[in-house]
Amino acid sequence: MTLKEIITGIEKKKFSCQEISGRYLDTIDKKNKDINAFISVNRGEGDFPIAIKDNILVKGLKCTAGSRILENYIAPYNATVIDKLGAFVLGKTNLDEFACGSSGEFSAFGPTKNPNDLEYVAGGSSSGSAAAVAADMAPVALGSDTAGSVRLPASFCGVVGFKPTYGAVSRYGLIAMASSLDQIGILSQNIEDAEIVFDIIKGKDEMDSTTLEVEESDKVCLKDLVFGLPKECFSQGIDKKVLEITNKAVKELEKQGARIEEINMPDLGYGVACYYIIMPAELSANLARYDGVRYGSSEKAEDLFSVYFKTREKYFGKEIKRRIMLGTYALSFGYYEAYYLRALKVRTKIKQDFDNAFEKIDFVLTPTAPVLPFKIGQKIEDPLSLYMMDLLTVPANLAGLPGISLPVGSIGNLPVGAQIIGPALKDKKLLKTAKMLEQIWTQ
Amino acid sequence: MINLEQVKHIAQLSRIDFSEKELKKLQKELSLILDYIDKLNQVDIKEIEPTSHSVLIKNVFRKDKSKKNDSSLLNLVPEKKERFVKVKSVFKK
Repeated sequence: MTLKEIITGIEKKKFSCQEISGRYLDTIDKKNKDINAFISVNRGEGDFPIAIKDNILVKGLKCTAGSRILENYIAPYNATVIDKLGAFVLGKTNLDEFACGSSGEFSAFGPTKNPNDLEYVAGGSSSGSAAAVAADMAPVALGSDTAGSVRLPASFCGVVGFKPTYGAVSRYGLIAMASSLDQIGILSQNIEDAEIVFDIIKGKDEMDSTTLEVEESDKVCLKDLVFGLPKECFSQGIDKKVLEITNKAVKELEKQGARIEEINMPDLGYGVACYYIIMPAELSANLARYDGVRYGSSEKAEDLFSVYFKTREKYFGKEIKRRIMLGTYALSFGYYEAYYLRALKVRTKIKQDFDNAFEKIDFVLTPTAPVLPFKIGQKIEDPLSLYMMDLLTVPANLAGLPGISLPVGSIGNLPVGAQIIGPALKDKKLLKTAKMLEQIWTQ
Repeated sequence: MINLEQVKHIAQLSRIDFSEKELKKLQKELSLILDYIDKLNQVDIKEIEPTSHSVLIKNVFRKDKSKKNDSSLLNLVPEKKERFVKVKSVFKK
């Protein structure tokens, strides 16, 4: 059932929220052992059921961020999105530790499995949210997206993933990863449901001073739209099968009257390198608060320094330690200009690529992921190859733009997603456009 | 390639204990990642301003006053004494 159907059903008193949530909880009981989409399951009440990524605070519930360091942390307040939703939180979904990962394998509580094939990764870092929606364990879910963490798992699991404009949704109560990039997003079965949730959670919030109001949108007509295909996103480094499916989808759009233009965005390919300086720098600063003193897990030791060192050694996972080290290096004396400042300037260049593109076209269209879902464990020992997964999604975060991944086909039972990126604050127009593409592509 | 001494120094700054074996592995992994990141040197950044934030909002003000007196935060502290966070002594006696 879609969220729209659930809300209508509850309004018309066909069933209560309690009844419908009970059905989802039964499904979770049955399927979660195999899929591992939920870290904890809740029994509450509200207007409609939803699953929440376990880095978003829900008062009174555990919030682990997928980390041993917050294994027993109970949220003392609600995130703004939770207050705005007033929903029945079915449970808290699995994620790569502190949202750091693109496969869903870096959770301290075990990897999330892809519901389409349990041997495969679900994509990350909002792995549990995507898998929960794909496996009908929740009608809709919230995730967070710092470099593709909503769109990638959506693509791998075969659902819709929407990352709004940076600042369009309050992040008060979202556990910080890389603050200049983090954005709460939505995983859903279709675009209509994503829009319902977005309309509830968007908007300015006094508790997050980066929040903005997005623009309203008139009706859009496919014949008036121009989609730009960056050459850089349709060439080397992208799996041939993924390209084949995306190209076929583009042809469909053209047939329905949309205009397609090949464009140049020469600096897009530097997105991953740029991101792997900016993100670890911000992450290492954000995670400095986990010191064993204020909250979270703590190791006893003879002096204060040893408390820090031992706590962080014992309770942080491998990937987190790697990224803290990388970020600390990039910010340390003598390397700041060579790495961090340079990355911030390359970020400007990537933003300019988009600004230039949007003078000629309405939306950028690319595959969502450069590869098909892969087997669990296949890439775990090769961090760089996992980092490359963000290639096509990270530019939207660096430039602060809204992006949507929607299912566009599959190879066997492995789904493939396509991504459209729009100008900042045009989230509503992006959603309206995505709805038309959805109709064309799911026919 | 970064050397082992540098890796040890960063580990100190990061406040994380590592075994010698882990440090050597990190040296290899970080070097590989930094080699990739060197790609950034190919971009012409002359006269380009840095972007630290994608959306340009400036100076968002609000009154600096407490809204609620929430003692529940103190329940999350690993070790406390009365209403204080307890830490190991920093200065030697």
